[in-house]
Amino acid sequence: MRLREIPITAWVGLFGIALALFCALFAPWISPYGETEVVGNVWQEADAQFFFGLDNLGRDILSRLIFGARTTLIVALAATVISFSLGIILSFTAAVSGGLVDTVFSRFNDLMMSIPTLIFALVVLAVLPQHLIVLILVMAILDSTRVYRLGRAVALDVAVMEFVEAAKLRGEGKIWIIFREILPNTLSPLLAEFGLRFAFAILFLSTLSFLGLGIQPPTADWGGMVKDNKDGIIFGIPAALVPGTAIAALAVCVNLVVDWLLKRTSSLKGGRGDA
Amino acid sequence: MHEASSHLLSVRNLKIEATSYPPGEPAKRITIVDDVSFDLAKGKVLGLIGESGAGKSTIGLAALGYGRGGAEITGGEVKLDGTDILQLGKGGIRKLRGARVCYVAQSAAAAFNPAHKLGDQVIEATVKHRLMSKEEARSRALYLFQVLGLPNPETFGDRFPHQVSGGQLQRAMTAMALCSKPDLIVFDEPTTALDVTTQIDVLAAIKHAIEETDTAALYITHDLAVVAQISDDIMVLRHGKMVEYGPVQEIIEAPRQDYTRALVNVRQAAREEAVDQTEAVLRVDHVSAQYSNGFKVLHDVSLHLCKGQTLAVVGESGSGKSTLARVITGLLAPSSGAITFEGRPLTPLLKSRPRDDLRRIQLIYQMADTAMNPRQTVRDIIGRPLTFYDGLRGSAKTARVKELLDQIEMGTGFIDRYPAELSGGQKQRVAIARALAARPELILCDEPTSALDPLVAEGILKLLMKLQEEQQLSYLFITHDIAIVKAIADSVAVMHRGKLVRFGPKSQALSPPFDDYTDLLLKSVPEMQLGWLEKVLATRRMESAGN
Amino acid sequence: MSNSTEAGGSPARSLRERFPLLSIIAQRMVLSLILLLAVSALIFGGVEALPGDFASTYLGQSATPEAVANITAELGLDRPLVTRYFDWLGGVLQGDFGTSWASRNSVSEQVGNRLGNSLFLAAFAAVIAVPLAICLGMLSVHFRDRIPDKIINVISLAAISLPEFFVGYLLILYFAVNFGIATFPATVYQGMGFLERLQTIALPTATLVLVVLAHMMRMTRAAILSVMSSAYMETAELKGLSGWRAIVKHAAPNALAPIINVVALNLAYLVVGVVVVEVVFVYPGMGQYMVDAVTVRDMPVVQACGLIFAAVYILLNMLADILAIIANPRLRHPR
Repeated sequence: MRLREIPITAWVGLFGIALALFCALFAPWISPYGETEVVGNVWQEADAQFFFGLDNLGRDILSRLIFGARTTLIVALAATVISFSLGIILSFTAAVSGGLVDTVFSRFNDLMMSIPTLIFALVVLAVLPQHLIVLILVMAILDSTRVYRLGRAVALDVAVMEFVEAAKLRGEGKIWIIFREILPNTLSPLLAEFGLRFAFAILFLSTLSFLGLGIQPPTADWGGMVKDNKDGIIFGIPAALVPGTAIAALAVCVNLVVDWLLKRTSSLKGGRGDA
Repeated sequence: MHEASSHLLSVRNLKIEATSYPPGEPAKRITIVDDVSFDLAKGKVLGLIGESGAGKSTIGLAALGYGRGGAEITGGEVKLDGTDILQLGKGGIRKLRGARVCYVAQSAAAAFNPAHKLGDQVIEATVKHRLMSKEEARSRALYLFQVLGLPNPETFGDRFPHQVSGGQLQRAMTAMALCSKPDLIVFDEPTTALDVTTQIDVLAAIKHAIEETDTAALYITHDLAVVAQISDDIMVLRHGKMVEYGPVQEIIEAPRQDYTRALVNVRQAAREEAVDQTEAVLRVDHVSAQYSNGFKVLHDVSLHLCKGQTLAVVGESGSGKSTLARVITGLLAPSSGAITFEGRPLTPLLKSRPRDDLRRIQLIYQMADTAMNPRQTVRDIIGRPLTFYDGLRGSAKTARVKELLDQIEMGTGFIDRYPAELSGGQKQRVAIARALAARPELILCDEPTSALDPLVAEGILKLLMKLQEEQQLSYLFITHDIAIVKAIADSVAVMHRGKLVRFGPKSQALSPPFDDYTDLLLKSVPEMQLGWLEKVLATRRMESAGN
Repeated sequence: MSNSTEAGGSPARSLRERFPLLSIIAQRMVLSLILLLAVSALIFGGVEALPGDFASTYLGQSATPEAVANITAELGLDRPLVTRYFDWLGGVLQGDFGTSWASRNSVSEQVGNRLGNSLFLAAFAAVIAVPLAICLGMLSVHFRDRIPDKIINVISLAAISLPEFFVGYLLILYFAVNFGIATFPATVYQGMGFLERLQTIALPTATLVLVVLAHMMRMTRAAILSVMSSAYMETAELKGLSGWRAIVKHAAPNALAPIINVVALNLAYLVVGVVVVEVVFVYPGMGQYMVDAVTVRDMPVVQACGLIFAAVYILLNMLADILAIIANPRLRHPR
């Protein structure tokens, strides 16, 4: 693995993600104003003092954008990590166990996936109390169905290989087979899938917030900021497009990195690699 | 240049290169074929022979002006009737392909389009090149189906590729190549993917069709015994370079080069069989087995193997020979019958076997590639059984791994390599070392050499024999190759469609009187002998006439 | 393959062997039906089983214990879950989705109008997006690994990363507000002329097309590429066929099934994408209806919309499956 071989598009992606992470980590120190601080007039135009102008309540958009990075990233990342762990553990267990366990898990997963994610989320969020943890768990569980499907396919691909059979013949336990034989051989596609799921989580969270079902005000988050400022659009005030651009840019960056990872995976087929 | 007119195909100083992209390394230019020249007269057959990577298919495709997978013809000339086809340009080449030069692929199953009827595909090129009208082409196809001995030639063309067998598809592909009355056909390992009893039929059909239509052919294969039956001349290739080139008789009977000589003499060895002792290390009694869908794969199989001896289990694909190994290892529980190992009954399923039983029975796979975790080094692969069964760790483990590497005749320098960095033969040796690491009594060998080139395979067999002598190992050796059976076995079991049709000491099992299947099997194995095919076909005709 | 010829015997089995196509299609349909039933149970049961007291939610601030008991009885919430489920399902099968808690109107009436609007929007978007995506996919394959392919790749990668609402507001800002050549909000009403209707939904359609196009194009490209790299395409080339004939005669029949699959999958995606787009453009469709109902926790409406969206999604997926089966020569021409 040499740095020179990383294509320019992947560098752009990595840089974007790093920038968002930086904002999220150091939000209170780098943002010029407070998250909910009203500093001027409603939808005041951008100038030297307020880089992106002010929002529908007169709050600084740049500051809210920086704080929003924090909320958006943390929630999306938490949801992705949970969904990923859940999906991988269940799918690998199903792939290695086979038989009834596999059938039951897989049929239930098919059932979950037969309802579109957004619709499912709407139904569930209509009932559950509005709480950050609930939101993260709902996102994670719904998304884990996608991880499960890929995880199972990838694990089955490896699980039918003869070296896994050889390990079974040796008498190795399930834990060894999953973590020592299968996992190392599925890391590349799974890493790419993690990126893909993360990009999707950002978009999904933003969509939910935009629909008023995600992060609740006054906490700043990018989807919610679009919702707050959407009425300005008809007056030609582009305030809603700033957080919208941020969402799009971050998702593009993640996808650029994923695209590179996927290409690397396919060129590594059968090879050794150091990932 | 004066000879150009007398030959149909004349290849001079052919050079073919490709760019390879090894992962993690800069792209590099590799030479696949280097400075190869030959001539082929009208109606003659030239055999191109060599191991994998010898460049033989690449040369064959060059006769159609085609480079597969980014291979580029970068030097030399390929003259067909005096015209260099490399200078023809796209349009000219297209007129040539499917009309004057045709191609028969190794896997006809993949090479036929699943969406169209066989008949339409057979005549397509001939009609598109305006060589015949549709009706003429159809009657030509019918004639060829007859010549090639296809069943129901009148309606054969109405079938789709997935509706006929592999051997029939291969013959249909030959018909497709012959349809346009080409000057030259390139056969690219047309019988390699077939079972040995099917191979002989296809081989005979191809030979008959070539003679009947007076077409010249390039016949590519890795099996010298096959090519000896069908060629007039033979060219031996290695690493993209020519090793030896001459009339078939010279190559087979008086090879000049060491490499050719080794190829001719490969597996000529025959082992003296050991006496059948009463005490068997492994005993299989009336074992039947079926898949979970109810399909029966083993019917009442009984056999035994004595300590320190080799039992060869012979059969074609689908005969149940690999299933037998799976049943013995416990991967598949028998539906009835019992297996006794060292006098004690073995628990049917793997999960309930004690670790020590697992240790004593080891399995070596056909594909060493997939049998080893690509993310583990040789040290991890061989070392794991040492830790798992004997609790060896640290320097004791390393020392033992090095010792095992010594036993398989590989240097200790390989200890930190990954499987991808080893050659096919080296991988199989590491797989053997992994089995040895468990200090087994019995090793099940599932066609461990059939994916390897002949000389490499011979090395592996010799190693296995040496280890057997040193460590009193017992082998259950699964194979489809009679030559291997002769070389290594003490006793032989012949399997056919899940049944054991013959079992006994080698001398008895491989001598008459035969049952029908063993007879067919033994007669179908190509022998390194000129005129073998004719002899077999003649015997067959006599037998069918006698009936 | 050999076992299918050796086995057989019972009449049911031979029927299945003689008409594999029909039996597989029938199997898929039954499977979808079962799935639909399971989904209805999941939506109904899931909603009722999750924490949160309906009656209190329904009453909001004025939830005295007495009022809660009253309303529970009035809505029939005191009956067992299974009874209520079958009542609900029975109603649904007759086209009765119950009464909205918020507006006290019949849910079916509202759904009737709005479903038509949503499907109209989705269909209009599909009519534009499908041919465009397939053409772009083919173009991309034709120029594989060359500049046009790379440009299409980067742009489509960016496009799949854009949230629907961002694309929507961008279009509104430029086309409706700045240039004034399109209408916002996209209000449609009954009795509106067809052309006028098309004009009104131009922006939401454009948004949907942009969102679904990239996905569909990338999947089409992958499907065609996998066909192009198969051995029979090499055979076609070695037969001296022209590139055009090879593609039309040999690639197209085999690429059909995967492309149909791609299209149907994306249509299913489109139906979901409608939700956000409708909210952005204030378009009176199912999506907006559902989101409004979720915000006020109007359960009968949420259940009805959820079930209908899921049903459309399942049916489209089933259609994709069946078309792909029909396009498969191995199943069309059994042994």
